[in-house]
Amino acid sequence: MPSTAILEIRDLSCVLGGRTVLRHISLDVAAGETVVLLGRSGSGKTTLLKAVNGLVPPAAGEIRFEGRPAAEWDIIRMRRRMGYVIQDAGLFPHWTVEANIGLVPRLENWDPARIAARVEFLLAAVGLAPAEFRGRYPRQLSGGERQRIGIARALAADPPLLLFDEPFASVDPITRFELQRQFLDLRRSVRKTALFVTHDVREALMLASRIALLNQGALEPPLTPAEFLAARTPEARAFLAGLEDNWRQNEQPPGI
Amino acid sequence: MNSRLASDIVTLSLEHLRLVGIAVASACAVALPAAVWLARRPAARRWALGFTNIAQTVPSLALFGFLLPLPLIGGIGEHTAILALSLYALLPILRNTLTGILGVDPAVRESAMAMGMSPRQILWQVEMPLAVPSIVAGLRIATVTSIGTATIAAFIGAGGLGVFLVRGIAMMDKQALLAGALPAAVMALAADEGLEWIERKLSPA
Repeated sequence: MPSTAILEIRDLSCVLGGRTVLRHISLDVAAGETVVLLGRSGSGKTTLLKAVNGLVPPAAGEIRFEGRPAAEWDIIRMRRRMGYVIQDAGLFPHWTVEANIGLVPRLENWDPARIAARVEFLLAAVGLAPAEFRGRYPRQLSGGERQRIGIARALAADPPLLLFDEPFASVDPITRFELQRQFLDLRRSVRKTALFVTHDVREALMLASRIALLNQGALEPPLTPAEFLAARTPEARAFLAGLEDNWRQNEQPPGI
Repeated sequence: MNSRLASDIVTLSLEHLRLVGIAVASACAVALPAAVWLARRPAARRWALGFTNIAQTVPSLALFGFLLPLPLIGGIGEHTAILALSLYALLPILRNTLTGILGVDPAVRESAMAMGMSPRQILWQVEMPLAVPSIVAGLRIATVTSIGTATIAAFIGAGGLGVFLVRGIAMMDKQALLAGALPAAVMALAADEGLEWIERKLSPA
């Protein structure tokens, strides 16, 4: 579906420090869908995300973004059209929430009134009261609030593609669930295309349009959550077994 | 204390401050751009820090002695003293600026890059502001040590509070020794406190 694919990855390989981290990856991400890259630590999922963003150079293969080969893009321009959210948010500690969220619009020379309105809209969209949070610094926020600001910052200039690198991995389970719910709401309202990295199979099943399993640098064909639950590949079974174990543990009565 | 002594103290203190001020300012003028340049060049960085480390280990009296016979930059007087003092001030400023720039949280630098900031924007909008407290700390070390070291400048005719010390040692004159040592100590303490206050004010966290 080349006409609607925002991101096309063709036969991509990446080498980091002499080690082949990604082997012959091919993946299309269509407009409006959330593709979750699921994998253990060290499977190469973060590297794949960085390769898409141009932070890691490809050793072979091609990435096309919005129909154009990444190599033809001005890398700065390309990155500004991809929102990026990382595990610990990576907020700028010397800037207020407002300045953090307004970064890309400011780099793109939006006028200040438009940036202010956008920040206000986004704070509300991620569930934080604008009047209360606009002037705060990152150190005055909880982990969950920081992640929300990180997401608002990624959405700021309305980029066609969002990249998420385990954005909810370092918050407590209750906050994580709230953030995941919020993510679904947000996706319904803004219809964003996203490539989402996680090692949490439950998160993958909850958020994904399609799940692509990354195993030692190789990608298994993407499956819908329903297909994934019935998948028979060893790696998919390993993830699903973990899920079943979890269920069983949770169903044990207390005191045993 | 007679009025002659009091006015000498004021004059020599001002001279002392001037020596230190010019020396620290010139060290900044060299060390700050050098640190920015070196931040992205690990190999050159090792060389530069090595050089400034060596400059730091030369005893100050010996450094003045080495500089004296050099043509153009050497000789009796203020400029030789300023040169020596700047060499000493280089290391703390250079090292602290580099520590500040390189110490920025990698996650912050990476997200700056991933959001589409250019290397120049990352340097000026992210790395330098976050390095400011560390830079001021370096400035503070440089200033306080310069105030002490500058007393030796009198031995090569550069003036300053060291003039009292030279006189006091030569004539076994306790009053002259105190007239040199006390104002220098007060000056160093004041510089330390003042710059520490600025350092605190500029800390983002």
